[in-house]
Amino acid sequence: MITEHDIWLALEEVMDPEIPTISMVDMGIITGVEMKDGGNYVKVNMTPTFSGCPALRIMESMVKERLEQMHIPHIEVETTFDVAWNSDRITEKGRLALLKHGLAPPEPKREGYIELAVLNDVACPYCGSRNTTLKSPFGPTLCRALHYCNNCLQAFEQFKPVF
Amino acid sequence: MSEQLHIKELLYKMADDLLILGHRNGEWTGFGPLLEEDIAFSSMAQDKIGQSLALYQVLNQMGEQDPDTIAFMRNAPQFHSCHLVEMPNGEYDFSLIRHFLFDNADFLRWESLATSTFSPLAKISRKIKGEVKYHVFHADTFLMKLGNAEGESHDRMQKALDETFNLALGIFEPSDNEDKLINEGIFIGEKALQQRWLEAITPVVLKAGLRLPAESTWQPVYGGRKGKHTEHLQPLLDEMTEVFRIDPGAEW
Repeated sequence: MITEHDIWLALEEVMDPEIPTISMVDMGIITGVEMKDGGNYVKVNMTPTFSGCPALRIMESMVKERLEQMHIPHIEVETTFDVAWNSDRITEKGRLALLKHGLAPPEPKREGYIELAVLNDVACPYCGSRNTTLKSPFGPTLCRALHYCNNCLQAFEQFKPVF
Repeated sequence: MSEQLHIKELLYKMADDLLILGHRNGEWTGFGPLLEEDIAFSSMAQDKIGQSLALYQVLNQMGEQDPDTIAFMRNAPQFHSCHLVEMPNGEYDFSLIRHFLFDNADFLRWESLATSTFSPLAKISRKIKGEVKYHVFHADTFLMKLGNAEGESHDRMQKALDETFNLALGIFEPSDNEDKLINEGIFIGEKALQQRWLEAITPVVLKAGLRLPAESTWQPVYGGRKGKHTEHLQPLLDEMTEVFRIDPGAEW
């Protein structure tokens, strides 16, 4: 018999279509799993990282396909704003996965967080230096910003902090 | 029941502003003066259209038609967007000033709605305000860079600000039934929002070495919220819906 834990494990295998090193669970996109009818009905709740994210429908169908492989008769996947996504929803494992993809992870929300001043205080994913400059708050996808490392002279991308 | 109508009115004007400005921003794709700016306006277009979808979905849950039908099947007189957003992009100075004036207002609107007593709107507002912070950051940065630069750069930004300001005041066109929304804690109202907006933009404009037009010259451009538009909106809608109208029932 399939348990909720099995579902979560399966969902950890579903990777973000734009950043294939991080799972949708570690990205904080999956907000809940509901099971009914002795495991014959499974509902997965999701929340969008950005409301204009074009990968949303694809992610829903990837989740559905993964659960279909488990032969669950009734599967539902719903994306709502019930839980507002923010970048602190990315797990520790997820932050490492972003680094592995060459993306600087978002700075965690701090006490007395100075909104956007923090955007210029980002560690380079290649050399770790904080001597970096924000070049543009918009990058190749909605969730990324463009930075430049003044130490190793490399351009890099950051997964944006969003709160 | 009438309360539902007033909420819908609020949702429609917000969603229509975002859909139309999203379309205008998208017109910079491939034409931006720098690659980063091309990407910035294209990204903001994508954000805004996604945000309009979130609002059209709330409308749909309240009994209105599905989001695609609402977005693509109406004509200009059925749109509640303000005139500011429908104006053609013109030169980059106008696009940047519109971006600055609109997005500062938009951020404050989402921020105020995050505590709305109408929970479907409060939920999406809590999320979307975080996205719009980046739009404001981008706009403020460019205003300060170009406003503080010498000669033509400064003069064009000032001229664009002077020419755009009355259009921007039109964002805050009051609606007849706003008091009910204010009393119910659903929305703070356009007047209060305009006040917050002036308080937010004034120091940035000054830091940019620019000045707001004198209050004696303020003449808000109203009409958009009631479906009265300039000659620029219908051609935009015709272009935006051209592919959709070839086969409205098509599966994408």
